[in-house]
Amino acid sequence: MGTALKSLPAIHPELATDILVRFLREESEKFGFARGVLGLSGGIDSAVSCALAARAFGPENVLAVVMPYRTSAPESRAHALECVEVFGTRVREIDISPMADPYLADIPDDDRVRRGNVMARLRMTVLYDLSAPENALVIGTSNKTELLLGYSTLHGDSASALNPLGDLYKTQVRQLAEYLDVPEAVRDKAPSADLWEGQTDEQELGFTYAEVDALLHLQVDRRLTDGELAGRGFDPAFAERVRSMVARNQYKRRPPIIAKLSNRTVNVDFRYLRDWRH
Amino acid sequence: MKRDVKVQLVQSAPVLGDVSRNLEAHLEAVEAARDAGADLVVFPELSLTGYFLRDLTSEVALAIDSGVVERLAEAAQDISVCFGMVEEADDHRLFNAQVFCEDGRVLQTHRKVYLPTYGLFEEGRYLAPGDSFAPVDSRLGRFGLLVCEDLWHLSSSYLHFLNGVDAIVCVSAAPGRGVTDPDGEISTARSWNLLLETQALFFQLHTVYVNRVGFEDGVLFWGGTKVVSPFGRVVAEAEGQDEAVVSATLEAGALRRARTMTPTLRDEKSHLVLETLMRMRHGNGPEEPSRDSS
Repeated sequence: MGTALKSLPAIHPELATDILVRFLREESEKFGFARGVLGLSGGIDSAVSCALAARAFGPENVLAVVMPYRTSAPESRAHALECVEVFGTRVREIDISPMADPYLADIPDDDRVRRGNVMARLRMTVLYDLSAPENALVIGTSNKTELLLGYSTLHGDSASALNPLGDLYKTQVRQLAEYLDVPEAVRDKAPSADLWEGQTDEQELGFTYAEVDALLHLQVDRRLTDGELAGRGFDPAFAERVRSMVARNQYKRRPPIIAKLSNRTVNVDFRYLRDWRH
Repeated sequence: MKRDVKVQLVQSAPVLGDVSRNLEAHLEAVEAARDAGADLVVFPELSLTGYFLRDLTSEVALAIDSGVVERLAEAAQDISVCFGMVEEADDHRLFNAQVFCEDGRVLQTHRKVYLPTYGLFEEGRYLAPGDSFAPVDSRLGRFGLLVCEDLWHLSSSYLHFLNGVDAIVCVSAAPGRGVTDPDGEISTARSWNLLLETQALFFQLHTVYVNRVGFEDGVLFWGGTKVVSPFGRVVAEAEGQDEAVVSATLEAGALRRARTMTPTLRDEKSHLVLETLMRMRHGNGPEEPSRDSS
C-alpha cells in the first residue's frame, strides 16, 4: 500500500484557494448575494469552508453557526469557536437539543444513524432559515471523498447553495487547511461526524482517508481498470468495495427521479444551468 | 501583412443568456478600443451569449442580418470588430460563430468546425459544425479565425498557414482545470500556452488569443488572453482570471523577419500531404509502412 498511497497528487494550495475564493464571490454576486452562512462543526471541512468564505466575502459578512446537540463532544464546540477566533467571522450558537428531543423521543437510542440523520437535517433547517434574514447563501462543507462514498446525510450536511470543497478529496482538504491556517487542534484530530460519542469516520468506514483517496483518484479521475489498480498494489476486495459504495450512493448526488410524461421534463430534456438567469 | 496592426483584446465574462446586456458591454468596449487607437478589437468565443447554453442555444440564436449584429457592424467604423455569437442559418441550423466586421458591415463569419462533445462539453448536442477554414481578407491583412477546439486540431492552423494568413485569431471559452501543477499553473492553461506558442513557431504567424473569464455553474474560464509573436514569444498577456483588456501591436516587420529566418512556408511541400491524403482516401485508411529493406 505504501507506493499506492503516493498516487494522489498534492494540490497547489495557493492556486486552489484563489479559484475557490473567486468561485464563492462570483457565483454569489451573480445572484445578488455578498454574504455566506455555514455550519461550523469544529471539524476540518467546515473550518476550511469558513476560511474560504471569510476571504471571499470578508469575515464580517460570514455567519458561522455552531449547532451542538447535547451529546456532541464539548471539544467540537471549543474547536469551532477557535476557528471563529482565527477567521474573525461572526458566530451564532444554537443548541438543537430542544428542537430535536421531542421528535427523537420516538427513535430508539441505539438507532444512531436515524438519530444522526435527524440532527443533520435540523442543522440544515437552521442554516437555510438563517440564510433568509442574513441575505446570505448557505456555503457547503462536503468534500469529494464524502460525495463519492455517500458518507453524508441526504438533505442534511450535504445541502448547500455553493460548495467550494466538493472537488477536493479529504486529503487535499487537509492540505488546504494547513495553508489557510486552520488551528492545529482541528487539523490534528481524527475526523468525526460527531453524531455519537467516540465516533470516528475512519473507524466507521473501515479504511483511512489516505487509502481511499488514493484509490478514488485512480478509479474516478484517472479511470484505471481493476487490473491496473491491482498492479499498483491495491487490494482487489478494497477496490471492489469502494467502487460499489460509489455506485450505490449515486442517488445522493442527483435530484429526485421524475416520471417522464411530457416532451420536456425538468432536468431530463429541460436543460439549463443553475446560472441560467441572474 | 500590409502594416502594423494595433489590437485590443477584451477578456470579458459574458452574462449567460443575456444578449442585450452583453451587446451593451461590446459597444462600450468597441468605443474604448477606438478611442485607444486600436485597429482591431476581439471578443471571446460566444461573447454575446455565454458558453454553457444548453437549451438556451436556440433561444439566444440570431440571424446574421439581425438587429444586434447590425449594431455591432455599424460600430465597426475605422475599427474592425470580431465577436462571438450563436448564428441561426436560414435552414435553422445553429452554429458557434465568430463574426468579423469592418467598414460598417459583416465581412465574414467563421463557423466553429470542431465542436467538443465529451467530458464537460456538449456542443455537438446543440450546434452544427462549420465546414471550412476560409481566411478573412481584412483591410488590415489576412486573418485566420479559429474557435477554441479548432486550435486543438493542427490541420486547422495548417490550412490557415497554407492560405497565407498573417495572423491567427483564436478565441475560446476554455475552462480551467487541474490545480496540482507544482508551479501553480492551471493544468489546462499550460496545455493551451504550449499549443499557442508551438503553432506560432510551426507556422511563423502572429497569434492572437482571447479567452473569457468568469464562472458558469462552478466552471472557471481561465483567461490567459495573449499575443504570441511569429517567433513563438508571448508579447502581451493578461494576468489572472479577472476581466481585462490587452493591447498589443502585431508588427508587420516581425512576420517578415520570422519568415526570412525560418522559411517553412516557402519550403512546405503541401503536395505531399495532398497526395498522401488522396492515396489514403482511395485505400480507405492509413498507408501501410514501406516494405523497403535497408
